[in-house]
Amino acid sequence: MSKFPNSRPMKTFILPTFGVLGFVIGSGYALAKTNYGDRKIGFLEEQIAKVGTGVQQAKLLLPAEAEKRATAAKVAEAESARAAELETQVAQIQERARAVTGRQKKVASAPTPGKKLGLGRTALTEEIAAWDVDVVPGGRGLPDGSGDVATGEEVFADKCASCHGDFAEGADNWPVLAGGFDTLGDADPVKTVGSYWPHLSTAWDYINRSMPFGEAGTLTANETYSIVAYILYSNDLVEDDFELNRDNFADFEMHNKDGFIFDDRPAIEYTRWRTEPCMKNCKAEVKVTMRSVFLVETPADGGTESVMNPASIDDLPTFSADGPSFVPVSAQDMDRQNNAVGAAQVIEETDPDAQLIATGKKIFRKCKSCHAVGEGAKNKAGPHLNNLIGRRMGSIEGFKYSSAFKLASKEERIWSEATLDKFLTEPKVYAKGTKMSFRGLKKEKDRIAIYEYLRQFE
Amino acid sequence: MDYLFKPSRRALLGSGAFAALGIATGGALARDPDPLITELQDWASITGAGVDETPYGLPISFESDVVRRNVEWLTASPISSINFTPIHALDGTITPQGCAFERHHSGAIELRKEDYRLMINGLVDKPLVFSYEDIERFPRENHVYFCECAANTGMEWAGAQLNGVQFTHGMIHNMEYTGVPLRTLLNEAGLGAAGDLKDKWVYVEGADASSNGRSIPMEKALDDVLVAFKANGEALRMEHGYPVRLVVPGWEGNMWVKWIRRIEVIDVAVESREETSKYTDVYEDGTARKWTWVMDAKSVITSPSPQMPISHGNGPLVISGLAWSGHGQIRRVDVSKDGGITWETARLGKQGDTKALTRFYLDTEWDGSPMLLQSRAMDDTGYVQPTKDQLREMRGENAVYHNNCIQTWYVNAEGVAENVEVS
Ligand code: HEC
Ligand code: HEC
Repeated sequence: MSKFPNSRPMKTFILPTFGVLGFVIGSGYALAKTNYGDRKIGFLEEQIAKVGTGVQQAKLLLPAEAEKRATAAKVAEAESARAAELETQVAQIQERARAVTGRQKKVASAPTPGKKLGLGRTALTEEIAAWDVDVVPGGRGLPDGSGDVATGEEVFADKCASCHGDFAEGADNWPVLAGGFDTLGDADPVKTVGSYWPHLSTAWDYINRSMPFGEAGTLTANETYSIVAYILYSNDLVEDDFELNRDNFADFEMHNKDGFIFDDRPAIEYTRWRTEPCMKNCKAEVKVTMRSVFLVETPADGGTESVMNPASIDDLPTFSADGPSFVPVSAQDMDRQNNAVGAAQVIEETDPDAQLIATGKKIFRKCKSCHAVGEGAKNKAGPHLNNLIGRRMGSIEGFKYSSAFKLASKEERIWSEATLDKFLTEPKVYAKGTKMSFRGLKKEKDRIAIYEYLRQFE
Repeated sequence: MDYLFKPSRRALLGSGAFAALGIATGGALARDPDPLITELQDWASITGAGVDETPYGLPISFESDVVRRNVEWLTASPISSINFTPIHALDGTITPQGCAFERHHSGAIELRKEDYRLMINGLVDKPLVFSYEDIERFPRENHVYFCECAANTGMEWAGAQLNGVQFTHGMIHNMEYTGVPLRTLLNEAGLGAAGDLKDKWVYVEGADASSNGRSIPMEKALDDVLVAFKANGEALRMEHGYPVRLVVPGWEGNMWVKWIRRIEVIDVAVESREETSKYTDVYEDGTARKWTWVMDAKSVITSPSPQMPISHGNGPLVISGLAWSGHGQIRRVDVSKDGGITWETARLGKQGDTKALTRFYLDTEWDGSPMLLQSRAMDDTGYVQPTKDQLREMRGENAVYHNNCIQTWYVNAEGVAENVEVS
């Protein structure tokens, strides 16, 4: 926007240029107020330099056409005058910016006290000994003690195996502590104390202070030595007669000790990715290559339910600069979404009643934000809907009904298939003044499905 | 039948309210007068809650779905686990504490201020113990910073996995912290004994059973690390380290030790479990990168997204999202609707602070045709957020941590969004 294209006719280049400069000044001014003053003024000054260059260029350009010389000279003069005016404005902005910065000086980071404030008290040796128990590579920080594989096996069986398995192989989903050698380059690397950890000190340190899970800090030094010896044994890194102690600790070299490099993103990645990005026609065509493996449902009572996503990448449009190749027939997409509800329901589809209930469950998503149903259901924005059919209207203890429902309750009206159907068709009409702000279910088959679904919770 | 496919309650309520007016069928004119307007509503007549009813307020019940959620099968036990911030439903940049994600390794503990002690020891002139009160007597600062778990988006390395921005990107929060610069506390203990500070470390650990020890290079410790006791103006929540936590701006969340109880000045990195077994990035050949502390520039569109489908049909659409960088400020965010062929520069809600979330918006028109939505952040070092393929080319698929790739949402003709990968 700040370029002065030589080829453009004079009139059009001068006027828009001033327009742009006006804008630049304007926004520079606004920005100066918001503390970007200095940078923007730098930018403005560049603009002025460019006006200057523009003047030069105008002069150079002109001699070729003698009859336009006079106009050109005038233009050049006008530009010079404009530049001078701009400089005055810049000076004013700078002054403003200085005033602003001056004000902002009142915001300052907390002073680092020049002298000590004398806060806190000296930590006692016993206190430091109690808390400073970290062990660093090579074993500095280890207490006296020792432990052998056989003892370790017993302690491990007693205190660790319930989660980590008898052989440190990991029970259920709990961490695996042994094995996994030569898997680090696989698609699913098994990172264990044996296959991955670069320092033995880490195992001693971590087990000593953080395990057993739920009883951290209760192991004796000898127990920890013996457990660590046993974990090494489980990893086939020592023989069954191995004893670990403070003296042989430093000699022990872990399998993956050379497996780590320092963060080299600055050299490898930042050099590549600190570049001006592409904005247009960056690719010829884009296709969806994979869809989400899981659909994550978010039930009203918290947590999540993950369901496999059965959708395929077929029939999705490809994209080009002209947009998507086609707009998919919406119903197809919807069906796919619909199918995602889960295998159980797919099977049930064959049974018409089950199918109704399943549909009802889906429709109940419309109600779920306000109503709970099922075991332990509580009142939300609306009352819970357990045992609904046969229940007196407006009868749930502790729920603040509208006067419409209070009246219905007094009149001992009962929820039946028929009353529910009427209510759900047009809630505001059936129960005038109800505070249920819901437009209703227009389709009869949806209302039947909801009825069948709610009947499940009698 | 359309409502069956709109997973969000917000969307349901939206369509419910408007359908009654006939707007859903395309007409801007109401068919029938809106009873919400023409009829006297309870809330306009009956009185509401008194000032003595809610001494400490929670969000109104209608927002009860905007909560942290966990994905059970990710970990063996909810005690050493993670949950996710509902970033799909938030706007602006500040994360309310009550829905800010939690990650702890031995559960969140209750530690009273009276029982709180902070020890500084190791290579210091005078090892010290501070009480909570002592901490509040040092000069303090206020800063907004994001805290992102190194494993945020970690499930997505090998492909699109979890359908929801809460689950792909929700291991992040952004709060205004009040705290004392770590350097102030270190000075109080005196760093003379440490000699040349260049190769020294600060080892920090928590008071909980996991202790979660981490080594921080001295240069960072003396730079912008805070020992914080307030977030968003109030005491830290239990799950975020009440009464005192460490804030390590721009660096992975695991280093932000909660319930911090000890700071040791030391001549080597401790190489604790959290900096060897975990939070190291394994590459395709099996070697691993360690000390990958900084969280690189990243962004994601929070709406539309799988939990925030477009429910209003064609016309004006606000595309909204978050961007952040552990290196500094966000300079620019670009948005693509066609999977990265064409990009438009989005508007920043306001210039975010350094190492803090920045909100961006693209105010656009939707014509009802499918989109492949992406956002791409640029920080003030000129770093441009990479695509998933670019990242995988450098690191393979097993790194687990530090996945800052460009995210793609496929939005179909109904406005339903899905997590996808593109060519
Ligand atoms: C109640 C279950 C439980 C018991 C009992 C238990 N652990 Fe653990 N262990 C865990 C959990 C959970 C973790 C992961 C903690 C985390 O996420 O930070 C873990 C982690 C570990 C790790 C680190 C694994 C890794 O790859 O980073 C080691 C080593 C370990 N435990 C050893 C032990 C030893 C030794 C014992 C017995 C003294 C023990 N554990 C008892 C549950 C248990
Ligand atoms: C926006 C919130 C909201 C939605 C959505 C909603 N309801 Fe309600 N519902 C309420 C409220 C509030 C009441 C109490 C009405 C009153 O007191 O006037 C109520 C009352 C009811 C009652 C009467 C209960 C009783 O104890 O007498 C039934 C039945 C009911 N709703 C069914 C449904 C069904 C079925 C759906 C979904 C198709 C639904 N509601 C959707 C808020 C809602």
